[in-house]
Amino acid sequence: MAVTLPRGAVAYEASGPAASGSRAWRRFALNPAAIVGSLILLVVVGAALAAPWVAPHDPAKQSLLRRFTPPMWQTGGNAAYPLGTDQVGRDVLSRIVHGARISLLVGVSAVIVSLIVGVTAGLVSGFVGGTVDTVIGTIVDVWLSFPQLLLALAFVAALGPSLVTIIVVLGLTGWERYARVVRAEVMALREKEFVDAARAIGVGRTRIIVRHVLPNTVSSIVVMSTLQVAQAILAEAALSFLGVGSGNAYPTWGQMISLGRDFVTVAWWLATLPGFAILLTVLAINLVGDRLRDALDPRAT
Amino acid sequence: MSAFLIRRLLRFVVVCFGVSLVTFSILHASGDPIALIMPEAPEADRVQLRVALGLSDPLPTQFVRFVTNAARGNFGNSFFHREPAFRLVVERMPTTLGLTCLAVALAIAVALPVGIYSAVRRNTVSDHAATAVVFLGQSMPVFWIGIMLMLLFAVQWRLLPVSGWATWSSMVLPAVTLGAFTTPLFMRIIRSSMLEVINLDYVRTARAKGVSEWLVICRHALRNAALPIVTVIGLQFGLLLSGAVLTETVFAVPGVGRLIVGAIRQLDFPIVQAGVFLFAIIIVSVNFLVDVLYVYLNPTIRLR
Repeated sequence: MAVTLPRGAVAYEASGPAASGSRAWRRFALNPAAIVGSLILLVVVGAALAAPWVAPHDPAKQSLLRRFTPPMWQTGGNAAYPLGTDQVGRDVLSRIVHGARISLLVGVSAVIVSLIVGVTAGLVSGFVGGTVDTVIGTIVDVWLSFPQLLLALAFVAALGPSLVTIIVVLGLTGWERYARVVRAEVMALREKEFVDAARAIGVGRTRIIVRHVLPNTVSSIVVMSTLQVAQAILAEAALSFLGVGSGNAYPTWGQMISLGRDFVTVAWWLATLPGFAILLTVLAINLVGDRLRDALDPRAT
Repeated sequence: MSAFLIRRLLRFVVVCFGVSLVTFSILHASGDPIALIMPEAPEADRVQLRVALGLSDPLPTQFVRFVTNAARGNFGNSFFHREPAFRLVVERMPTTLGLTCLAVALAIAVALPVGIYSAVRRNTVSDHAATAVVFLGQSMPVFWIGIMLMLLFAVQWRLLPVSGWATWSSMVLPAVTLGAFTTPLFMRIIRSSMLEVINLDYVRTARAKGVSEWLVICRHALRNAALPIVTVIGLQFGLLLSGAVLTETVFAVPGVGRLIVGAIRQLDFPIVQAGVFLFAIIIVSVNFLVDVLYVYLNPTIRLR
């Protein structure tokens, strides 16, 4: 008996989320907001992946003859440049399509960094407790005492702007949410019978965390990560708007808006259109994330 | 109560210490800040500057000096303005706090009635419309909202100035921008706090007694929802200041945010450190006050 019990316990826990998985999936897939969000997201991801083939022009190619061409539906517009051109004659549509790459790359990578740091901190904090918990809690408090944007800006500038720096810095500004949520979940799970059962039969601490506690935090981590990607995309846009983005090697949406601001009186489309790209992408992710939360985690509001 | 206060105060001090450590490390994150500031200078000049700025001392010595100086409001002279960095920051603080207060006032004026209404009329068309606005608002970059407002009201219709902060009319667009960034956040918080209390027994009792719906909402529900609303809004103060930084940059408002952004571009570390430190201390203090206020106003905790 003593040998079959842990197996049974693990199987039970593993089958829990899977059994409710199809119900959750149906709840998600039948929701109009989730469908719209997923479709927009599909288009954005597709555009990002296929940017060199989808974009009508080279995003860096300048043409002084074609400066400030308005979008095609305005007088003076040119169907070859559907969304117009910027102050040095680069195609706005191509730049927006290529910009999707940076936004998504930074958004997703930064969240992965946050996830690794935050989940580890939360697990340790919740499971070990005591002094370790207090120390991690204090670090979170200190971290939350800064306007995150300024802190990220300062560190990116000091470390030298590059794609990797931005990903790491943005990742480190978002980790504390994971730490807080995972800690709370672990605290609650720690008292559950199946953890006691595992401990009673001599399962080690690390193994309990990895095999028994972590799988039960997955749904809230998934939901949070989706919403965090949206936040990271907004944060990256803000950083490149303020001029400490990944440099001028790639077009980014924030940087396009920043340049567009300087020409706001002569070319309205330069600042407006990349903003719509951000709005649509972030909105789509928020819609998907919100529906995921409703589908996976009915307890949360 | 006093035990709680002491514990809170202790935490306040510890967090302030942590804040100084992080602010201190901004300068040292690159390893050698002097190489960053003057990449082409000969080594002799660098050594001279390093000694002059005290950067050749061991890090713990530098940190102790940083903390003692910071406590006196001394962050050194700005590399570019050649004036005390702290004074430059403090001079601009009223502008930034003014902008933030205006935006918060606007946001509360809009979010309070709408948030309450959508909680009371939960799942109606107006509630869904309000939720849609929240979603849209939270998906827009604040700096883009600012530029769009500028495009319409300053460029297209020429109703308001494009930038600045000198006249009342120039304050409208920045305040509305930051307000538009803040409103969805407040609306969500107010709606969910109201939803938590609106179906509780005492609210139902008040209704059953025949108290008018309006009084039930204002006197009974809102009073109890107010505390969590204030707490959560207090916790979002950092986000508000980040929004203020972006808004100031869009409209060229001469506030702390714009000063720091400029300083970051020029690697003017004293200003960056002074600004980030002061912002953080303000946030820590606001959170501390909100915490104490929460306990003071909440009898279930106070009397324990």
